[in-house]
Amino acid sequence: MAGIPHDHYEPNSNGEKWLHSRLPIVGLLYDTLMIPTPKNLNWMWIWGIVLTFTLVLQIVTGIVLVMHYVPHVDMAFQSVEHIMRNVNGGHMIRYFHMNGASLFFFAVYLHIFRGLYYGSYKAPREVTWIIGMLIYVLMMGTAFMGYVLPWGQMSFHGTAVITGLFGAIPFIGESVQVWLLGTPNGAIDQPALNRFFSLHYLLPFVIAGLVAVHIWAFHTTGNNNPTGVEVRRTSKEDAAKDTLPFWPYFVIKDLFALGIIMALFMAVVGFMPNYLGHPDNYIPANPLATPSHIVPEWYFLPFYAILRAFDQEVWLVIAVNWLSFGIIDAKFFGVIAMFGAIVVMALAPWLDTSSVRSGRYRPMFKWWFWLLVVDFIVLMWVGARPAEGIYPYIALLGSTYWFAYFLVILPLLGVIEKPMTPPATIEDDFNAHYAPDDAGSTTLAKPAE
Amino acid sequence: MSHADENPGTRRDFLYYATAGAGAVLTGAAVWPLVNQMNPSADVLALASIRVDVGAVDPGTQITVLWQGKPVFIRARTQEEIEEARAVPLSDLPDQGAENANLGDEAEATDENRALSEDGVWLVQMGVCTHLGCVPLGDGAGDFHGWFCPCHGSHYDTAGRIRKGPAPRNLPVPVASFVDETTIQLG
Repeated sequence: MAGIPHDHYEPNSNGEKWLHSRLPIVGLLYDTLMIPTPKNLNWMWIWGIVLTFTLVLQIVTGIVLVMHYVPHVDMAFQSVEHIMRNVNGGHMIRYFHMNGASLFFFAVYLHIFRGLYYGSYKAPREVTWIIGMLIYVLMMGTAFMGYVLPWGQMSFHGTAVITGLFGAIPFIGESVQVWLLGTPNGAIDQPALNRFFSLHYLLPFVIAGLVAVHIWAFHTTGNNNPTGVEVRRTSKEDAAKDTLPFWPYFVIKDLFALGIIMALFMAVVGFMPNYLGHPDNYIPANPLATPSHIVPEWYFLPFYAILRAFDQEVWLVIAVNWLSFGIIDAKFFGVIAMFGAIVVMALAPWLDTSSVRSGRYRPMFKWWFWLLVVDFIVLMWVGARPAEGIYPYIALLGSTYWFAYFLVILPLLGVIEKPMTPPATIEDDFNAHYAPDDAGSTTLAKPAE
Repeated sequence: MSHADENPGTRRDFLYYATAGAGAVLTGAAVWPLVNQMNPSADVLALASIRVDVGAVDPGTQITVLWQGKPVFIRARTQEEIEEARAVPLSDLPDQGAENANLGDEAEATDENRALSEDGVWLVQMGVCTHLGCVPLGDGAGDFHGWFCPCHGSHYDTAGRIRKGPAPRNLPVPVASFVDETTIQLG
């Protein structure tokens, strides 16, 4: 792999040489594990490991659950209850899997906002960012389809609402919906459950593949770091002043952080496993009655709020409807807005015009960034409220800011903001922030004056 | 290089395009069944019609039956409900199409075009809100004494026509007919 200059794997024994000349797999693992990593990484750089761990957790618990689950409309709910009540330790395995999804999204949101604050998406890491966004979209698809499998009331009627989104596409929407659900009139039935089960099993492995590409990409460009300053590549010695090998320094740090996250996760799984779920999903699916209040899982709420924000009374919706000769109605506009909210985030590398990478040295950017974080939380809150009274206005305001941040503020800030000067090297930043006070170099006894 | 440019119609070019073309067609032929398998299967399509005994449905009551995986409301309306629906001018309706699969697309949303029977007593419609697919509450619910969808607050009148709220269309009337005095066939 190209990238920061460092010592590569050298096979020593005859056996290693034999293997290396035929399949350099040990060298690949060695170089991946010993990758030079900026030594000033802070605690926001732990989420990658947390996410990798969570992916493995979900795949392992998922494979085990499939040994007991039955993907049939008459038996799915019963088989989940069977897992909860009869299978040895089944309730814990399912609670891990259920709450693992929440941990996954909790970590991914912190990971994404870390990237947004420190400019990790900016050149030359655009490909890493795009791959990450693809992973995020696949995660959402996987999580949604997984939520359908227990075949409870929320599973069933949530599916109706989400697949209804595709029905909003002009001209081809109804055929797409029929194709997705496999029923002539778009009813939610056995075909939907069966295929969602198949895809829910498949997609995590696609995600695992993309994670490998994600890591490959940023191992080629090198990690970003809190200063946004690149590692010096002038020589191996210069690079070594800015970096430490991933093993053991960052592995140990990340595992420590993972331990703390796991303690919190275990507390949720052990003491409040259903806190993040909806009681309605413990009622078997009934096509004849809808739960009075359909709400997606918490991690979808910000985008659900954006979906609902654009109703037929918003002037922009009216204008677009008129300009498109009625082809784009309010329902389709909401769908475009929801997917567009993720698209504009994926385009951040090309929308951000600032010459400085890290938000730490961007005095105006900081305010807008933290407002975006607040906006995200507000959207999450309002997405769970009924769409009446003041709430639609809050959702509309929040959605507007989301788009304005990426489409207006990021491009403009690069022009009007006067950034501070980042440190010249990572070594300088490290010495200023992390080195012990005496930098380990002062003599213990001062010479007598 | 220039040799190829001067001779555009060589045997090699022909073989290249013929192979690429055949490859594209074969790829398409291989992918299409994989896409098409997700469309409704023969047995699902075959269950297209059912017969419902409505002998026990008295005026002022309704039953909900499951047809093709979706709820269908069958209501025997009272004279008051019929009169209320027939008194509404078309201009008051957000959706002025009958949405009746037994009639053409141009049919207007008059109560006569919505009801199944001449006397207006029988009203058969899909129990699926046209907004996001929830099942509305019946038996005179909502501001217009017809149906009310609790999900996002859509009000339907006694003829199942949308009157207020986010739903864009009237509740659709499925293909239906009386087989005999007390039996309705759906589909």
